[in-house]
Parts: sequence; C-alpha cells; structure tokens
Amino acid sequence: MKKSLLLLALGIFAMGRIAGAGDLTGTISLKGTPPAEASFASKMQDDPNCSVLYAGKYPTTRFYVVGANGELADVVVSLQGISGKSTGASAAPVTMDQKGALYVPQMVAIQTGQKLIVKNSDTFIHNVHTTPTANPESNQVQMGGGADLTYTFDKPEMFLKFKCDVHPWMFAWVSVFDHPYFALSGPDGKFTIKNVPPGKYTLAATHRKLGTQTAEIEVKDDGAAQNFTFEVK
Amino acid sequence: MNQKYNPALFWFAVLNAVATFLLIGLGGLVTSHEAGMSVPDWPTTYGYNMFLFPVDKWIGGIFYEHSHRLLASVVGLLTTILAVWLWLQDSRKWIHWLGIGAFLLVIAQGILGGLRVRWQLDWLGVPHGAVAQTFLVLTCSIALFTSRWWIHSAAEKQIYVPRGLRSHVLYVTILIFIQLLIAATMRHQHAGLAITDFPLAYGKIWPATTPEAIAHYNATRPAGTFGNPITAFQVNLQLIHRLVAYTIFLGVAAAAGLARKKLGGRDPLTKFAVFWLVLLSLQIVLGAATIWSNKAADVTTLHVMVGASALLTGMLWWLVAQRRTRLAG
Repeated sequence: MKKSLLLLALGIFAMGRIAGAGDLTGTISLKGTPPAEASFASKMQDDPNCSVLYAGKYPTTRFYVVGANGELADVVVSLQGISGKSTGASAAPVTMDQKGALYVPQMVAIQTGQKLIVKNSDTFIHNVHTTPTANPESNQVQMGGGADLTYTFDKPEMFLKFKCDVHPWMFAWVSVFDHPYFALSGPDGKFTIKNVPPGKYTLAATHRKLGTQTAEIEVKDDGAAQNFTFEVK
Repeated sequence: MNQKYNPALFWFAVLNAVATFLLIGLGGLVTSHEAGMSVPDWPTTYGYNMFLFPVDKWIGGIFYEHSHRLLASVVGLLTTILAVWLWLQDSRKWIHWLGIGAFLLVIAQGILGGLRVRWQLDWLGVPHGAVAQTFLVLTCSIALFTSRWWIHSAAEKQIYVPRGLRSHVLYVTILIFIQLLIAATMRHQHAGLAITDFPLAYGKIWPATTPEAIAHYNATRPAGTFGNPITAFQVNLQLIHRLVAYTIFLGVAAAAGLARKKLGGRDPLTKFAVFWLVLLSLQIVLGAATIWSNKAADVTTLHVMVGASALLTGMLWWLVAQRRTRLAG
C-alpha cells in the first residue's frame, strides 16, 4: 500500500513537471561558404603513431561542421540571465574520449559540478591540458589506455579549451553553465533544451568562430521554437 | 694586463656559446610546435628521471620539449665548468664575476622554464625568452673576452671608433632586444597569426581593430590548427612588430653606411656592419615567410634564430668598437 502511494505521488510530480515545463527547440543554419579547414597532414605525418593511424588520409580542423543544406553543428545554445540553478552534482557524467589523436567529441557542454570523464582510447601518451579563463588550469599525464581522468568545474565559462601539447592539433571546447538550460546543435543543426519553465527569456546561440546571436523568446507550457541563421561574409 | 690567451678556455667558451645558440633554436622549436606544456611535470619527465626517460616515448611535442630540457642541462653544466675555469685560470676579477653571473643566470633560466611548466603560466614564456637572449649575449661576450684578439689587442695599434657611431649601434641593438620582447609576447599568445597577409594587413596599411572587425577576421581567416581566436591587442602587436622591424632595418643600414664613411670600407667593423645588414635583410624575408607559410614551425624558428643573431651581432660590434676606442686612447 505504501509503495503504491509512493508511485502515485511520483507520477503526479512527474506530470506536474511535464505540464509546467516545455521543450525549447530549433535549427541552426549557416549561409555562405566557410573558410577551408586546415589539414593536420603536415603535423600528423611527422608522428609515427598518427601516420600509421591515418595512412595518408589525415583529418582536418572541424571549426565549421556544416550539413549539405547548411545545417550547422557544434553551436552552443543557452538561456541567458539564469544562474545558481545547477543540477550538475546529480547529473549523469559526460564522457570525452581521445581517439586517433583527436578529441571525440570536440564540443561539449556541461553544468558546474557535473563530472566530465576524459578517456584515452589511444595506445600512446596524451597530456590533458585545460586552459580556462574562469576556472583553475590543469595539465595532467594520461598514458595510452590509462586510467580515466575526471574533471568538474565550479564556474560557468564558454569554450573552456582542452588541448594536448604532445599532439598540438588536438583541441576540445567545453562550455560550462550553472543551470541545465543549454544544448548543442547536432549534425542536422537541430537542438533541444528540455523542461524549460514557462516564461520570457533571452536565448543565445554561440559558434566558436561566428560569434553569438540572441533572440527574445517566450516559452509556454507546450514549449517554444527558435531558429538561428549564421552568415559567413 | 697580465692575462695570457688560453686557447682551451677560449674554445670552451665558444662551445658554450654555440650550445646556447642551439638551445635558443630548440626553444624556438618548442614554442613553434606549441609543445611547451607537452611534458606536464618538472624536473621529472612523465615521472621518470629526465635523463632516463625512454626514447620510445619521445613522441610529438614531447620530443621538442624533452630535447630542450636535456640540451639546457648540457648548457647548465658547460656554464658551471666555464664559471669555475674562469675563476681559477683568468686573472681578471671582472670576468670572474661575469662567469658567476652566467652561472646564476642559467640556473635562474632553468627554474623559470620549470616554473612555467609547474605553474602553468604561459606569460612566463616571455621572460624565459628574454633571459635566453640575454644569456646568449653574455656567453658570446665571455667568448669574446677570452679570445686572442681581446687579450692581445692592447699591443696593436687600434683605430678609434667615433662615439656617435658606437651610440647609434648600441641604440639599434637595444631596439632589437625590445623587438625580441615584442616577438616573444606574440609567440606566447598561442593564437596563430594575428595578421595573415604581408606586406599589407588584412588588405590595408593599418587594419581596423573594432570588435566587429576582429569578429570578422576570426570568422574568415584561414583555419589554422591553433585554438585561440585573435584579439585587437594581438593585431596591434604584430603591426608594432612590423614597424619596429622597418625601423631596425633602417637603423642597421645607417650603421653600415656610417661605418663605411667613418672607418672605411676595409675596416673589419664596416664589414661586420654590412654582415649585420645582410642578417636584417634575411630576417625581414623570414618574417614575411613566417606569414606566407602560415607560421610553419621551421620557418618561424629560423626567424627566431636570425633575430638572436642580429641582437648578438649588434652587441659584439659595440663591444669590439668600445675596446678599440679605449685602446686607441
């Protein structure tokens, strides 16, 4: 009986959450032709581990991850003017791997206090070097297949850079928020910020190279939609 | 002066100076390859005693940083031996203290390099670079002071070098040192090229540095592999670097012209000044090549080494001129 009552109470709470919060969705597009990405060939071919891995077909920078119809990935979308609402301590950890001497994924967004686990799936050494502007800097050794490294950040910060100085083409950017209302656009350009309480907000979309666009939005019980279009002139 | 020329001491001082020059080149490679933090610990290397670090782990940026540390240890050892040797064998008190100064400077430089790694402070790379140039000048000066020419030149008739010419060369040399500080600041921004074209800058003589213009440069400049976006400060710094380079070139050209006029075309100091001008011409070509090659590591490092050579040439020219003038009475 007690168990049934508990389940009923949880069900009502969950329904209340859904009724009182909507999803914020949208699509990010790019107009214009972005500059050519830089090849890692000249750097990677000097490294015996990497030359074996890629056998002449070397990767490039991925500053502009654009779909066939201009869908723009890796854009950080977040609500502005919200702070002190982090649920990071109880949120599931986010994982970032070092694979083929590249960070995968290269763009990550987490909350303050949320765990970020950095793996090394490569068989060779990396150093995991963070170069933040608001949080403390760190530089740690990670041997090939070595133990995972765990990071948490106390202060919000956009594009906190992770780099490997052993392989100087390796970068990842971690945006840290002290609230859960953010998302990254995927390869289809789409993003979803879940469970946003109804209200009026400023929504910001930031691309590392193209800067920030903002929009004033109103989120209702059934959510809201907002698209952004970046342009390369 | 009772000091006698000691060939062994002189050639050892030359060896130390050459090793220091190579160390600056290797340090240049470390920064050009963005490898300064590739070994996160110091004085150990990935937990190993640095002299026992396995060769198969010298990969990527570790190769440059670890080699730099090993060569720095060699220079430290050579400088220590040189300081002791000068103290024991040279009768000139002032050169004893010069040797001690070099010893203290190389220790300070090692600690500075170590702290840059341990404290993860990028900006410490700038004083590290400045001390490196100062130390190179010091080791080369010691080699000059222990040379046969310096010690036995008192017995020969020397030609006076006019004060105006000496002062001119000294001022240009100081300007080169300031230029090297600007260059070290640029290199330790880790943002790639702040201006990607030459001789113009973003198609203009003096480009806009408004926030909108900087955002446009960042969005449209060729994608380098570096991580940081450029700032207005970095654009202005490179423009200043270019202006100072032109000023130095004119200063060195004037020095060569003045030397020819005052000392004659056959005077060794005139020939040395012409060599200086050739170095500066090469340096400007290398500066342009650094931009045109999108900061290729080997070109950029050569630019660093020729810059160090230009500083050294100016300083040695001035020291020789001072010596000649003093002996000419």
